[in-house]
Amino acid sequence: MTDPKIPVTEDELHAYIDNELPPERRGDVEAWLAAHPDEAARVRSWRAMADVLHARYDSVLDEAVPRRLEIERLVRQPRRWLYGAVAATLAAFVAGGGIGWIARGAAAAPSVSQSFTLDALDAHRLYVVEVRHPVEVPGSERAHLQQWLTKRCGWDVRAPELAGLKLVGGRLLPGPSGPASFLMYESASGERFTVYTAKAATQATQMRYSSRGDDGALFWADRGVAYVVSGASDRARLTQIAQAVYDQMEKSSG
Amino acid sequence: MSAFRQSVEAMIPALRRYARALARDADIADDLVQDTLVRALRSERLFLGGDVRSWLYTILTNLNKNRRRSLARRPQFMPLLDNNADASGTEAEGRDIERALSTLVEEQRSVLLLVMLEGMSYREVADIQGVPIGTVMSRLARARAHVKASLDGERPPLRRVK
Repeated sequence: MTDPKIPVTEDELHAYIDNELPPERRGDVEAWLAAHPDEAARVRSWRAMADVLHARYDSVLDEAVPRRLEIERLVRQPRRWLYGAVAATLAAFVAGGGIGWIARGAAAAPSVSQSFTLDALDAHRLYVVEVRHPVEVPGSERAHLQQWLTKRCGWDVRAPELAGLKLVGGRLLPGPSGPASFLMYESASGERFTVYTAKAATQATQMRYSSRGDDGALFWADRGVAYVVSGASDRARLTQIAQAVYDQMEKSSG
Repeated sequence: MSAFRQSVEAMIPALRRYARALARDADIADDLVQDTLVRALRSERLFLGGDVRSWLYTILTNLNKNRRRSLARRPQFMPLLDNNADASGTEAEGRDIERALSTLVEEQRSVLLLVMLEGMSYREVADIQGVPIGTVMSRLARARAHVKASLDGERPPLRRVK
């Protein structure tokens, strides 16, 4: 028990109604308030103030959380902004074009296929223009490349044999939900295609084509791995390559 | 979803409530919450245990401070609406408390809301604002006195315009 003769301070009145007062002092404050009705009324008004605050703002707790605040959506956003900036710069320098429909769609509501496609196209644009360092591991070390990417990505990464195209090599990239593998191919005329794969929550989807500026991409998912084949926006050519990649993956995984 | 993300997600409704009262505009409030979440999720790896709740309130409070700073040179608008005779008691009270909050300086408003609306302890608020507990208590006392005066009818001059 504290000395009841110690006068009650303003701070103690606040601490009293905010439950911050040491328990042994509560009795003193209550006794003091009983003897000081004006002060007691002031303290009661603070309680009423809290009630009004809750009455005004607690309804927010019951509102449906807007979609733009959903965690799953936000987790993906910082990266896309970053890549978006890179892509925009590249688009201005390389293609002289703007960001096409995919980027606009993604800003509003990115679907799995859109966000994978965006990441893949960003990587495609970033690296196909590289003359000296387009890849980390050259295509001449195909076995090592496959082994390394498989180990880092956690699924069987195979560099498919594509007719008329030579494997330039591959890289490891940060993907939407973990590491992504990135393989680059080149035709005799110097045309480059890339195959981007990353883990996806989707088990299997159909192929989807999209284009941005001069680049086109085909997305599909199979057994929890998403694939994006990117290249020049010649849809027939891309489809042909994507089909070849798909067939070889089917064969290799039995 | 990781445990960290789950605990962040669980805080969204309360963060929206705090932001709504702090910014007094639903869109600005959700912008603040969104920026808070993006920042928190980006720093997931930097977060070494501790109280996710306090941490989120800290980010939101700081973001709002920055926002206010960038608005500081613009004129402050006060609502000109006067009491609507049709408004129910609760509605009118809600408007009065909004108006009272709008007249508080930023640090006082934040302390008042964190303690009275969000139920944070003085210690937690002191950590969030990065000030000693004594400062929190004096801000709280001033905020309560100010809001009480406002609710009791010592209204800012604009209220008298008919």
